[in-house]
Amino acid sequence: MKTLYKSLFLTLLTVFSLGLFAELDEKGIPMKPQPARLVNIIQPEANPFSPGQIEQMEADLSAFAQSTSTQITLVIVNDLQGYDKASYATEIGHSWGVGQKGFDNGLVVLLKPKETATDNRGDVFIAVGYGLEGVIPDAISKRIVEVEMIPQFKKGDYYTGIQNSLTVLKGLALKEFTAQQYVQKTKKARKGRFGLLPFIILIGAFFFLLNRRRSNYYSPGHNLPFWAAMLAASSMSRGSGSSFSDFSSGGGGFGGFGGGGFGGGGAGGSW
Amino acid sequence: MKKIKLLFVLAFGAILMSSCGYNNMVQKQENIAQQWAQVENQYQRRADLVPNLVNTVKGAADFEKSTLEGVIEARSKATSIQISADDLSPENIAKFQAAQDQLSGALSRLLVSVERYPELKANQNFLELQAQLEGTENRISVERKRFNESVGDYNTYIKQFPRVIYAGWFDFEKKGYFEAVKGAEQAPAVNF
Repeated sequence: MKTLYKSLFLTLLTVFSLGLFAELDEKGIPMKPQPARLVNIIQPEANPFSPGQIEQMEADLSAFAQSTSTQITLVIVNDLQGYDKASYATEIGHSWGVGQKGFDNGLVVLLKPKETATDNRGDVFIAVGYGLEGVIPDAISKRIVEVEMIPQFKKGDYYTGIQNSLTVLKGLALKEFTAQQYVQKTKKARKGRFGLLPFIILIGAFFFLLNRRRSNYYSPGHNLPFWAAMLAASSMSRGSGSSFSDFSSGGGGFGGFGGGGFGGGGAGGSW
Repeated sequence: MKKIKLLFVLAFGAILMSSCGYNNMVQKQENIAQQWAQVENQYQRRADLVPNLVNTVKGAADFEKSTLEGVIEARSKATSIQISADDLSPENIAKFQAAQDQLSGALSRLLVSVERYPELKANQNFLELQAQLEGTENRISVERKRFNESVGDYNTYIKQFPRVIYAGWFDFEKKGYFEAVKGAEQAPAVNF
């Protein structure tokens, strides 16, 4: 009991001294953003991005959330409030309800940049909602962290690291490629055979297309010509004519978090 | 006249039951049972990973036998203790936790000794299993925390007046918590 009071007192002290009271709840978890945003900078001094980059990421993630209902949120902090990174990211996702209720298709990318961290340690964690644990297994989250993120973060290039990892995460969430294919791709790239790389990608693309043709993956349009499929897809996507203008709207345009659940899936790393 | 009186008593009794929290106690107990299933699920998932991990380690390096045997033994102990959701007394939870913590200890000893085998640390299969194991440990801690929360909710509820008087009559007993592992407050020091 004594230790509980002590830790409570200490958290309160740090919270007050940093003046962050409005941003964190009594357990140290950031409050759900109002209005809802997908790029959340909890402590302004932790932010490694320029305003333009933030806007770009917000627009990208917002468009992705609108078109697929999968919500990816980026949370930047300078302190984990005594949690380990896995539970902090999971708690954030669960209490905000990232992803849709019933589908649990949310992702939380928690980033604590080394330069501004209170403990001088860089930490990153990808928390995966229940519904995405199948397409993004922990081993793959780990690989994304180690291949796409940490090398860039070590150079201080947070934007590239985040963008590259988001591209992979989006692709996996959409099942554009499978976890296995991602592993193959990064294995080759890691060995540094750059002369062969385009070749491998070409062959990969060939087999990928062949595979897609054989299975009835996208059954409605799978043996239509490309332009016809495009036309069909664009007419299917929205009934009304005002579709495109919605896409470029900025913060909060994705309509708020939908109540998705998290159970501790995902992986992270430190540098 | 007597019949009417009896009816009256019965109706009053029914109102008393629902207004004094009988239904809530049932619901909270049900929550705990559900959460317990989640906890057991995740522990089972970890137990399922162990044979794979042991085989990978065995196959990739001439690994010290005692550590591996420790893991296998701890696993069989941990899987032998199953507790049904009706039987979540503090003693039973403590027993379950002790067995599982032993497996946690054996696994972390295994991972520490792997540091001495560079060929294993570069083994793709092993790295993947390690990531899965870490993920499972995270899931276990999440589900344990949620289990504790629902137990806390229930225990407070049955101990409040007036339920404290009659909760025991209907077999609503206090349930057990998972305790924090001793020494878990301090993060272990890792030197590279």
